[in-house]
Amino acid sequence: MATLGIIKIVMGWAVSKPATRLYPFVKREPFANSRGSIAIEIEKCSMCTLCQKKCPTDAIIVKRQEKIWEIDRLRCISCAACVDACPKKCLTMITAYSPSVSQRGIDSFVQAPAKPSAQASAESTSPSDE
Amino acid sequence: MAQRTIVPFGPQHPVLPEPIHLDLVLEDEKVVEALPSIGFIHRGLERLAETKDFNEMTYVAERICGICSFIHGQGYCQAVEDLMKIQAPERALYLRSIWGELSRIHSHLLWLGLAADAFGFESLFMHSWRVREAILDIVEETTGGRVIFGSCKVGGVRRNIDNETLKSIKGRLKKIELMSREITKIFETDGSVKRRMVGVGVLSKEDAYALGAVGPTLRASGHAQDMRKRGYAAYAKLSWEPVVETAGDCFARSIVRVREVYQAFDLIYQAIDKIPDTEVEVKVTGNPPAGSETFMRVEQPRGEVVYYLKGSGTKFLQRFRVRTPTFANIPPMVVMLKGCQLADVPVIVLTIDPCISCTER
Repeated sequence: MATLGIIKIVMGWAVSKPATRLYPFVKREPFANSRGSIAIEIEKCSMCTLCQKKCPTDAIIVKRQEKIWEIDRLRCISCAACVDACPKKCLTMITAYSPSVSQRGIDSFVQAPAKPSAQASAESTSPSDE
Repeated sequence: MAQRTIVPFGPQHPVLPEPIHLDLVLEDEKVVEALPSIGFIHRGLERLAETKDFNEMTYVAERICGICSFIHGQGYCQAVEDLMKIQAPERALYLRSIWGELSRIHSHLLWLGLAADAFGFESLFMHSWRVREAILDIVEETTGGRVIFGSCKVGGVRRNIDNETLKSIKGRLKKIELMSREITKIFETDGSVKRRMVGVGVLSKEDAYALGAVGPTLRASGHAQDMRKRGYAAYAKLSWEPVVETAGDCFARSIVRVREVYQAFDLIYQAIDKIPDTEVEVKVTGNPPAGSETFMRVEQPRGEVVYYLKGSGTKFLQRFRVRTPTFANIPPMVVMLKGCQLADVPVIVLTIDPCISCTER
């Protein structure tokens, strides 16, 4: 009988390994190509503002004078348009998603004044309105 | 005469978590009239075209719908290419067809699951989505996104898939095809599915044409109309025929989608075998010329979508208009609902594969 079809499948899966993962404990390996979030090597950045111009959601703000590169993670749609546009190749798409937050905020990356040995990728988070 | 009652159906979660509202006029359990109202999630995406550069609009176009996102992006890019007289490279056209068909498979499997859920067949719903997950993995591996592909651009595609990956995808798809055959066989043969769908919500061949139905809804009523036959992307170079059923009921619409899943698998295999080695994008310079207009019709999983674009000579488009398949399928749905039982309403509403976010943009 035709109705036996689904019973066969259900019984088959009742004795085999589940198709789902026990999520918080078992995490899925991301694919190498996955578009997770944007990372910047701030020291390489020339503050050309191309990424800001190409960003379709205006998530990136580059403050040329202060040498600050900012991204609003909640506005970012991970389209990688900035990564394609970056002439210095300092923007990369990493596979990790940006972590969940309870408050809106902007990730700021400040470029240290040019000093060859300075290991400075000062990272600070400044929660703004709301 | 029985007393008439009006039952509001939606907008909160009517069968699917998208807001469409129907006022069902009932006589006892029988629906005598259905009055639809839409407009609950209008987002004003078309207006955005006046403030976003035409390249950035690709991302907006993709976000019109979460399921047929790639084909929205493809339709938009093809329309802009038409305005600017750009010819995308061959390989890009093939890749667009491959991704378009992958999105058709995942959309139809999603729909089959939702349909099963609508008539209470929970296990079939879960198994359909299990198979769909394997397709989403292939999509994520090749484009980087699970449902929003982000891989189409004006002048080609943003990512290439190398030939080795294409071969391995073909091997994996063959396994997925076997898995989905197990699931779809149940749709075709199971008695409980048939009892809920055969003879329910019949749309005659004449009505389907006169009311402007599109996609599987139209093809299930006996019209062999498929926009892919216009030969955009690589479809002119692949051998296939539109899937047609003649019964016009809910079951016929499901069977059209089931058969389209296999057709999509077959189209992907053909495209992988024939894909040429060329560039995947051409450089785009300039803006859409002032006064240039275009209509671009592409076939989505839900039916035909029409893009109307008008250039302004600047980087902003003067007009961006989308006619989505669900909008065209609402008048036929109202006709199908007349005379059905109240309990059949969810199944009938679902068989047009409504996507309300698309409809209201």
